[in-house]
Amino acid sequence: MTITHHLDDATLMSFAAGSLPGTLAAVAAAHVSMCSRCRAEVAVHERMGAALLSEIAPQKLEAQLQPSAPSAGSGDVRQLQPIERMIGGQLEGVRWRWIGPGLWHRPLACTGGGALQLIKAAPGASVPDHTHGGSELTLVLRGALVDETGTYKPGDVADLDESVQHTPVADSGVGCICLIANEQPTQFRGALARLMQHWHGL
Amino acid sequence: MVGLFFAPGTGGQQPPSAYRGIMADLLRRVADQADPAAFRELYEAFGPRVKAYMMRMGADPGTAEDLAQETLLAVWNKAALYAADKGSMTTWVFTIARNLRIDRLRREVPWQELPEDRLAEASAEALPDEQLAEKERQERVRLALSELPDDQREVVVLAYIEGLSQSAIAARLGLPLGTVKSRMRIAYQKVRTALEGMQ
Ligand SMILES: [Zn+2]
Repeated sequence: MTITHHLDDATLMSFAAGSLPGTLAAVAAAHVSMCSRCRAEVAVHERMGAALLSEIAPQKLEAQLQPSAPSAGSGDVRQLQPIERMIGGQLEGVRWRWIGPGLWHRPLACTGGGALQLIKAAPGASVPDHTHGGSELTLVLRGALVDETGTYKPGDVADLDESVQHTPVADSGVGCICLIANEQPTQFRGALARLMQHWHGL
Repeated sequence: MVGLFFAPGTGGQQPPSAYRGIMADLLRRVADQADPAAFRELYEAFGPRVKAYMMRMGADPGTAEDLAQETLLAVWNKAALYAADKGSMTTWVFTIARNLRIDRLRREVPWQELPEDRLAEASAEALPDEQLAEKERQERVRLALSELPDDQREVVVLAYIEGLSQSAIAARLGLPLGTVKSRMRIAYQKVRTALEGMQ
């Protein structure tokens, strides 16, 4: 997988700091799990965290801690791939919900204010234009997505500033499946989209 | 899992850098011999700061102390796993503390996957020189952070130590979101530049 679109440095910083809102962090984690470049950047951001941690004015501990013998096997935590963990299985098993011509989605469970969903777009279908209330991250999982800023292939993430107007379209040959996180609840623009939202309680 | 409790640790001042240099040795003693004395030193070096971190993140003192203990217990339990990497122990402790904090103090998060043992892949073949290089890297990061102008430092601290999202920082400081992001980017690039040639 050759990844050419990465997370923004500011996004990586918040992610490493553990202060990226949940839905965005979910998508960031998925990208980082696929991307060695961003993993290396996260490691540097974590160094900053470590340096800041050692600058904090310490708080006196009330008790000394005496551990018992190291518990066996505590190290081998088998880690699911974030995507599988999020959708509770394989992408092939997802049950899609129709939301418009050539467009399906699957909202993913998440608490907190944001929105997290899988979107499937037929070849040439445009992915709904969200109002960017706060930040949005789009991670391509299958196929390709094309917009003014380039072509996004599996593993690529669109981490665009609010100021960027983009109208992503699914690749004309293969369509696209992507994971989209919004900091705010999603609001699709346009009359049809609003109608869809009304029907589906988005 | 937790055994006895005895006298409170002191853990008062910033460990001098020479002291920080021996953390890796203490960790090795914990890993190889399950040495309680070495662990106590690690606990006293890191525990008070992890507790302070948890309090800055909004934990009450009791919860913060529990989380500091859990953090250091994870160090104790995973020391052997980590020993292959003579690298940045402080970064490892930070990631453990951060992950615990996300688990316990940020209830709205659906889940977040941030492996703590990722460091192992970075420098599996740690050489004797590596500890020296690691100290140098830490020093450069510390220096770069200390040279940040106040406005950049402020957003960095709010993100890492107060746990605020970019939007929350923007609201707190009355700044556009874009300004918060660009301050973060600039601050990061300075640290990145300071580490150049050392990766
Ligand atoms: Zn990347």
